[in-house]
Amino acid sequence: MNAAFEPIVGRYLRLDIDGRPHRVYVEEAGQGIPLVCLHTAGSDTRQYRGLMNDPRILQHFRVIAFDLPWHGKSSPPAGWHREEYRLTSQSYVTAVLTVCEALGLDRPALIGCSIGGRIVLKLALEHPERFRALIGLQAGAHVDPYYDLGWLHRPDAHGGEVCSAVVSGLVAPTAPDSERWETLWHYMQGGPGVFKGDLYFYKIDGDIRREIERIDTTKCPLWLLSGEYDYSCTPQETEDVGRRVRGAQVAIMPGLGHFPMSEDPERFITHLLPVLEQIRAQKG
Amino acid sequence: MEQALGGMGGRAADHPVMRLAEAVNAHAGLVRRGERIDTTMLLEYGDTPFLVQIRRGRVDAVTRGPFVMPSWDFALRASAAEWDAHWQAVPAPGHHDLMAMIKRRTLRLEGDATPFMRNLFYFKAVLASLRPGGSLDSVAPLPVAPDAPGARR
Repeated sequence: MNAAFEPIVGRYLRLDIDGRPHRVYVEEAGQGIPLVCLHTAGSDTRQYRGLMNDPRILQHFRVIAFDLPWHGKSSPPAGWHREEYRLTSQSYVTAVLTVCEALGLDRPALIGCSIGGRIVLKLALEHPERFRALIGLQAGAHVDPYYDLGWLHRPDAHGGEVCSAVVSGLVAPTAPDSERWETLWHYMQGGPGVFKGDLYFYKIDGDIRREIERIDTTKCPLWLLSGEYDYSCTPQETEDVGRRVRGAQVAIMPGLGHFPMSEDPERFITHLLPVLEQIRAQKG
Repeated sequence: MEQALGGMGGRAADHPVMRLAEAVNAHAGLVRRGERIDTTMLLEYGDTPFLVQIRRGRVDAVTRGPFVMPSWDFALRASAAEWDAHWQAVPAPGHHDLMAMIKRRTLRLEGDATPFMRNLFYFKAVLASLRPGGSLDSVAPLPVAPDAPGARR
């Protein structure tokens, strides 16, 4: 018999977000500095399984991830069947701050990928005092739509198949097949219209190109890490943010794509560990 | 569907696109994934058009143009250099995926997108089947039936 529990423990958190009762799935592993992890559009916390199983990280960090409402094991709020899901800058910021507050976290470090990377920039702009460090993965200020988003949610096409196939090329060709297909499985499991609703934030509502120069990294340090195979948020777009935000630290990660922490955790963690070292060395 | 007037392009067998039927039909998982697909795709390799007829996931015929009155459901148009880059064993970033090429505006999807988008994994794998080595493990989930030869027990 070869069986062992992972160090990850998950629970359901009952809380109000923006005045509506929610049931949010939260999982965590490790002890120390709180490190909150935000998944990509249309996916869930399982993307951070690599970090949450790495003893080098768990030794010094309390790694926490939650499924956004509508995602993973977090339910949509009651009444969902009468509304179209749309993530906005405001609703996303509120969800992140409310969950952090409900968990009683003291200025956590925050890492977010894709839409999570975008909201990291937004939080760097508007709420830097709430965090001790911000890490944006695949973080750009804007992405133009490059296909008809309607394909992600229509009754005559299988949403799981389409969503997963749309993003499959965002995984680097060099990623291990097991991690690649785990990552894409999460997309196949997304609720109908959820990925599309997230992209409303990513491609329409969350455009912050005109604001990012106001980010003050002296209030909260900002790291930007991007995989070279990402054609959604390209390395050039991350480098552009890096040029415009004074003090942002940028690294392009060879051999990785849009889902670095999930598509190839081992390779990604080699880039993350030096950042985590710097966060540990920070005062206060 | 009307048959196009084709086959005027000369030594067709030399062209990579002419290997498409062999590459696709040899892959049981790929044919199975496409078993609901009946469509005709126009594949443009630079100035050279090809009509690819797909019936129940098998490539029935590949015809090389030029054509007088081609009839097709959707078209994929890219330069020869773009397709050649896509068909490298490990393509460079931006060349490695059809959606990446569409984002870079170097691949154009025209016509009725329905068969293509409903079966995006299938068409990604069909085009990737022309890469040397031929493994589609990283391109699409292509399970074969449990009782098929070579299926995992």
